[in-house]
Amino acid sequence: MGEAIVITSGKGGVGKTTTSANIGTALALQGKKVCLVDTDIGLRNLDVVMGLENRIIYDLVDVVEGRCKIHQALVKDKRFEDLLYLLPAAQTVDKSAVKPEQMHKLINELKQDYDYIIIDCPAGIEQGFQNAIAGADRAIVVTTPEVSAVRDADRIIGLLEKTKTVESPKLVINRIRNHMMKSGDMLDVDEITTHLSIELIGIVADDEEVIKASNHGEPIALNPNSKASIAYRNIARRILGESIPLQPLEDKNKSVFGKIKQFFGVR
Amino acid sequence: MKKRQNVTIKGTKDGIVLHLDDSCSYEELKKELDEKLSANQTNEGERHLTPVKVDVGNRYLNDAQREEIKNLIRQKKNLVVDDIESNVVTRAEVDKLKAENEVVTVSRIIRSGQVLEVPGDLLLIGDVNPGGTVIAGGNIFIMGSLKGIAHAGVFGNDQAVITASSMQPAQLRIHDCLNRAPDKAQNAEKREMECAYIDDNHQIIVDRLQVLINLRPNLNRFEGGH
Ligand SMILES: Nc1ncnc2c1ncn2[C@@H]1O[C@H](COP(=O)(O)OP(=O)(O)OP(=O)(O)O)[C@@H](O)[C@H]1O
Ligand SMILES: [Mg+2]
Repeated sequence: MGEAIVITSGKGGVGKTTTSANIGTALALQGKKVCLVDTDIGLRNLDVVMGLENRIIYDLVDVVEGRCKIHQALVKDKRFEDLLYLLPAAQTVDKSAVKPEQMHKLINELKQDYDYIIIDCPAGIEQGFQNAIAGADRAIVVTTPEVSAVRDADRIIGLLEKTKTVESPKLVINRIRNHMMKSGDMLDVDEITTHLSIELIGIVADDEEVIKASNHGEPIALNPNSKASIAYRNIARRILGESIPLQPLEDKNKSVFGKIKQFFGVR
Repeated sequence: MKKRQNVTIKGTKDGIVLHLDDSCSYEELKKELDEKLSANQTNEGERHLTPVKVDVGNRYLNDAQREEIKNLIRQKKNLVVDDIESNVVTRAEVDKLKAENEVVTVSRIIRSGQVLEVPGDLLLIGDVNPGGTVIAGGNIFIMGSLKGIAHAGVFGNDQAVITASSMQPAQLRIHDCLNRAPDKAQNAEKREMECAYIDDNHQIIVDRLQVLINLRPNLNRFEGGH
């Protein structure tokens, strides 16, 4: 029986879809059987980032409404031997087309066949969010080092903490720019983690390679030579229970690294 | 046999006290009160109003009855009822009083969009994040950082105080007073171990925690000791 992890943020555009694609890919690289589920109905993206758009036949709403079997709607990622699948969102209807109970049932079925179900959540706190968390066992909250993103993350964490079925959420800080943190123009990792007071599970630098890779439909996690890729792979390994200290960002900034050590390794 | 007096009037150093017996019926009591006050009429004309206290012993008076007694006394004399004292309170009143005098301990983070409300004092072991709100009928003691809104003394207690280990509130409210954070933080100096209270000018003042020792001696609940 697998585990379902929802990737959420509150604020839009902070990197939920990118994080979902890369964590899913990195888990598959570790030999786990993974199903990505795009719950951003009406604004689907995950298929594009994964480069699987052209092979979609059925979608999540078709499954829920009984127009097809789950396995018919799953799109296989040919880069992996039977390890990575995507259940795409519908594009023609809106988020009210699905109810939380239906999502719960769907995710439970997927958990029979997959080690990890990675659920890409839409922005906001309305129905789409409720659908995305309905079947989740764990949650990862993505934020960027911006005050507004952190504020929304705080709101989301509050909602997740009230949801008894979801284990205490973990934090990913995305799009970190070292020089801005150093100059104090951006919240630093320490500030954000103290403020949100949940466990940090990864930090990812702001890196244009991430954007390029997404545009080519090749998640950056497939590239073994990129810093961002290593960051995502490390998140995957931490999900699997390994304890890996956080990587220092590009230019070995002592102060950031020093702070990170407080959260990982030293326990 | 002489009838027992149901209404007795006493002058004490604090003023006049009307003792109303608690063993007769309410109707009887009203009647006698009416008679007694009429009999004692002293036609001194326009004298200033004298405040009296009313002691009803072990009788429970509901709000309507309290009003009735007050009116009766006011009509008859140059007397105005200052306070009605009764030894009896209802269970609901006791529960409310108890809740309002209790310190509720909560250990969690009040996050953006969340509101925590308690009838009495609040002891929060955790932070109030921006966008979060804590409300108390009494005092608010925050062991962590206050970055959101705190509202103490909501039911009208202007003696209530707010304390925080780290005081960086978006807004402070005590009773009906409001104090907002400056739009631009003047200096990033951290404000640690501070308190907020209403001063004589009805303004919320933020100061060192220790000033409360003199300003709010009622915060002490511990009696005796060395
Ligand atoms: N670490 C990163 N470095 C650089 N660009 C990034 C990074 N992470 C995400 N991005 C870019 O930010 C944009 C938004 O990312 P993404 O679509 O993953 O966000 P989202 O939270 O899913 O957005 P939405 O709320 O619209 O679903 C994309 O263009 C993506 O390529
Ligand atoms: Mg998205």
